Amino acid sequence: MEEMHVLLRNKGKINPEDAGSYISAGGYEGLKKALKMTTEEIIDVVRESKLRGRGGAGFPTYKKIQFALNDAEPKYVVCNADEGEPGTNKDRILLSSDPCSIFEGMAIIGKAIGAHIGYIYMRAEYSYLVPILESALKTSREHGCLGENIMGSGFDFDIKLRSGAGAYVCGEETALFESIEGKRGEPRYRPPFPGVKGLFGKPTILNNVETLANIGPIFMNGADWFRSIGTEGSSGTKLFTVCGNVKRRGVFEFPMGINLKDLIYEVCGGLEEGRTLLAVQTGGASGAVINKDQIDVMLDIDHVSDSGGRLGCGTILVIDDSNCIVDIVRNNLDFFRDESCGKCTPCREGGTRLYELIDKLCQEKGNVKDLETIEDLAETMRLTALCGLGHSTAVPVLSSIQNFYEDYIKHIDKEGCPVCSQMGGKQA
Amino acid sequence: MMKEAFTNYKTPSSQLVKVAEIAAPYRDRPEMLMKVVTQVQKIVPAFTDSVAAVIAREMNISQTQVYSFVTFYAMLSVKPRGKYIVRMCKSAPCHVLGAKEIVREMESLLGIKMGETTEDRRFTLEYCPCLGICDISPAIMINDKTYGNLTAESVRSVIKRYIREDVE
Amino acid sequence: MIHITIDGERTSVPEGTTILEAAKLMNVHIPTLCHHEDQAIKAVCRICVVEVEGQIQLPTACNTPVSEGMVIKTASPKVIKARKNIMELILSRHTQDCLICSKNGTCELQSVASDLNMSRRNRYELEARNVEVDESSPSIVRDMTKCILCGRCVEVCTDVQGITVMDKENRGYHTLVVPPYGKSLVDTACVNCGQCVQVCPVGAISIHDNTDEVYSELEAGRKVVIQMAPSVRITLAESLGYDPGTVTTGKIVHALRKIGFYKVFDSDFSADLTIMEEGNELLQRLNGGETLPMITSCCPAWVKYCETYAPDHVSHLSTAKSPQQMFGSVIKTYFAEKEQLDPSEICSVSVMPCTAKKFECKRSEMNDSGYQDVDIVLTVQELAKMIRTAGIDFENISDSEFDQPFGLGSGAAQIFGATGGVMEAALRTVYEVVTNKTLDNLDFEDVRGFGGIREASVDLDGTVVKVAIAHGLKNAKIVLEQIKAGNCDYHFIEIMACPGGCIGGGGNAPKTWKKLEKRKEAIYREDKNLPIRKSHDNPYIKQIYEEFLGEPLGERSHKLLHTHYIDRSDLLR
Repeated sequence: MEEMHVLLRNKGKINPEDAGSYISAGGYEGLKKALKMTTEEIIDVVRESKLRGRGGAGFPTYKKIQFALNDAEPKYVVCNADEGEPGTNKDRILLSSDPCSIFEGMAIIGKAIGAHIGYIYMRAEYSYLVPILESALKTSREHGCLGENIMGSGFDFDIKLRSGAGAYVCGEETALFESIEGKRGEPRYRPPFPGVKGLFGKPTILNNVETLANIGPIFMNGADWFRSIGTEGSSGTKLFTVCGNVKRRGVFEFPMGINLKDLIYEVCGGLEEGRTLLAVQTGGASGAVINKDQIDVMLDIDHVSDSGGRLGCGTILVIDDSNCIVDIVRNNLDFFRDESCGKCTPCREGGTRLYELIDKLCQEKGNVKDLETIEDLAETMRLTALCGLGHSTAVPVLSSIQNFYEDYIKHIDKEGCPVCSQMGGKQA
Repeated sequence: MMKEAFTNYKTPSSQLVKVAEIAAPYRDRPEMLMKVVTQVQKIVPAFTDSVAAVIAREMNISQTQVYSFVTFYAMLSVKPRGKYIVRMCKSAPCHVLGAKEIVREMESLLGIKMGETTEDRRFTLEYCPCLGICDISPAIMINDKTYGNLTAESVRSVIKRYIREDVE
Repeated sequence: MIHITIDGERTSVPEGTTILEAAKLMNVHIPTLCHHEDQAIKAVCRICVVEVEGQIQLPTACNTPVSEGMVIKTASPKVIKARKNIMELILSRHTQDCLICSKNGTCELQSVASDLNMSRRNRYELEARNVEVDESSPSIVRDMTKCILCGRCVEVCTDVQGITVMDKENRGYHTLVVPPYGKSLVDTACVNCGQCVQVCPVGAISIHDNTDEVYSELEAGRKVVIQMAPSVRITLAESLGYDPGTVTTGKIVHALRKIGFYKVFDSDFSADLTIMEEGNELLQRLNGGETLPMITSCCPAWVKYCETYAPDHVSHLSTAKSPQQMFGSVIKTYFAEKEQLDPSEICSVSVMPCTAKKFECKRSEMNDSGYQDVDIVLTVQELAKMIRTAGIDFENISDSEFDQPFGLGSGAAQIFGATGGVMEAALRTVYEVVTNKTLDNLDFEDVRGFGGIREASVDLDGTVVKVAIAHGLKNAKIVLEQIKAGNCDYHFIEIMACPGGCIGGGGNAPKTWKKLEKRKEAIYREDKNLPIRKSHDNPYIKQIYEEFLGEPLGERSHKLLHTHYIDRSDLLR
């Protein structure tokens, strides 16, 4: 199956550190068009494109822009480059291969809402990308594509780089703001929403790297072109990070709607010889765990949701039969308990309690009552936690219990799980 | 955190002078704390009480605020860490591809457990969440260099190189 | 107006009203833990979740504004289940020693848990936060095994006092609220104000209890005398369940006698003494070209703050001791002499609205009588407990009078308890001393109130004296920064660490601004009703100067009633 490179069009073809190279490949053309447009015209284009956020929630991008149409000043455009969802690499690929495409998207949104400053908040684990981004920013300014009076339009827009220091929760937009403000990355309650009160208490639009990288091409090629790609509800292409037990791992770009089974078996070459598929987790650790009978599904935002899964950031973790599903969920929970910020009760206490209970099952010390408690607690976290991290913790738990109930019962029946008896992980 | 976690390690005053130089331009700009600590981290092995006090004094914030901030973020530490911080991905993509084996190998080679620092303060072993390089899992990061597709043999040779020579 | 339905009943409320506020208007009680009416909305404990039609999740009532047509269920089975599950998580990290907890009976967690009928066995293993109890501070005890991480103490320490002695450490399950680097509270810049005690919903931060020491002294047979601070008579009854602002001076005096105190004295007397010394010091500074502005030194939390954060500016502090400490040295000298007692036979106790007074009495220089001037400080809260322990029927106990000669104070001394009171008291005396005229109107309205920083000018027969009042250390810091920058043209400044002054002190029953308003009204009412309203008119003040001290700022006064300050900036390292 042939990939379709919209976002990856420049990957390996241009020098990512040099805006001149990006411009030669047609870069900043979208911005040039947008600079001549009014706020309403820009929003119309984004609306007609039907672009939806690529960070996980799939929120219509034009609506987000509309939220910040108010009189407050200054306003900010923030790029969420805190890619922390386990198994997700797509933003790193964009940041390292085509950073100017991200700047272009930010500048267009800046123009729409009248923001003159953008921030890129990048996770500390990607600090080695900082020199590339700094150089791309510098050369973009030199080419008049960022800074004062962009392309002679009279519009000023510049971008500042900010780094995290190791906290998954900072990928949550309000936690990210707190971190940029020099505080612990703890999410804020909502409302007020960021469009009204965001970074430094000012109207802010935050988008994922991949969302922003789509905006330049939309303005260059038109909303109709973009809508012609993908499915009815999810237009455009999507970057899928396929990882885990497949032959070919990596980031692949396809139109929205590609079949999951095809992605695993056709694109990624299936599993290692002698192994069979146990499960797939879509959307990272905060995604649903589905079984091998559920993988014949179209990968777009709505179809995956309808089938009980979650497209999220487009991460596909393939899990073969050398693993145990309860152990995988334990691994997910280990991640969530480490990464809980500790601000709200359900996530702070619940995350660890869930881990302890699942661990108890793994050790074959659990009973049916424990399983009931796990479901009850996960549901409470989903209903009451302050932010998405707490809600998401429940997703792998509840979905795996639903789709792999027998596997849980086996651990309760003490049938001797070969993986869990080895304290988890792949067997030699 | 229990009291014994705060070791007897004292930051030399020469380093404190440099810390003050880094922090001083950001007086009354608390939003620059992340920038300050990430720069300071490059010259000190730990955010000791004296480092936090100097940052606090220069930025006109409280020492407690600096401490609270540092203890929140996983890549910042109040305990001295090694010259080379070896971070092993703990997330599912590496987990399903044999991360445990890599951990066992590194622990036995360096004679320390995950979370510990060698006595000569050359190495610290830590778990970290997904490094975002799952195309080459299982993977580790040593300071800001990444190594992937690891096997017991290959991780051994990577670590050995760091034992033998200074890798910049 | 926004139209909503709460538990089946329709109503309309103004835009911007939260679900919690709207429910309250409908007389529906939604439980809360992290919420505090004087603080920012936190929405972290999640106990106030409610069900809103059309929403998948359960939003928290404290922060969610109502919207048009909202249908809210505040106590549906789904809501109750979620609340119980959250409470179960909280209780699984909370030491279950309610019966021996200082907050037993007044604990907000206990009350919400009781309302939620948490009768089933906790499904999780009890794992209280593993931190040793910190009793290092003479004023405050921290027991993080009881902390529910509501964040109230951090907010008050940061946003009201501006010092952030404690903040969160680590994250997730391992989050704690602690001083940095494993420090004990005594080794930090904590000023002992006890505002954190005031807001703590549980027993995680409490007053360092000294009641047992008092019982030991009473049992050992020393002459245990007690002085009672101006605001104690205003706030004590509240700790026993009375309405804010219920003044019970005579009942307290009687109760203290019943408990066994040898003499019951009124710190209003030594407040008058303070005015004599401090007022004359101000005049001396104004006339002699010495350091100005002069700042009051009655508040031990403020004094420690200044010593820690501005050691180069302690010369601005009046050298006059606080009323408590003046009384301490007078009791073990003048009183001992009069009673023909050896000072070593006297145990001098005070009851204060203040936790920092416990620190102040232990300052090593506070021994001008040759002994520790004040031996034990009790807070209002501790005395209230002693009254209950003694089984005293407070409602029906008769009034009793203070012992003389230290049982009389002026109205000026009485208002020491409110922010601006010391200033007003000083002005009443300074005006009359300087001008030789009688003040027509004793009420200096400009210096009263709860504005964070207030200023006024007083014309002393041609000399205009500019004064300012600040309460809450964040406000004090603003004034202090002006002094440091050299652009402060006040002559005299009153600073109190606690919002509202001593009636808002950390040793009282937990306060809100609403309650403070009542306490303030009561204290000015008391002043108005007193026959003597100026310190220099107090006949016993005249007597003590004649018989013993000589004159204000004289040699003996200087030795017994004045003090010096030390550099504590080391505490910031």
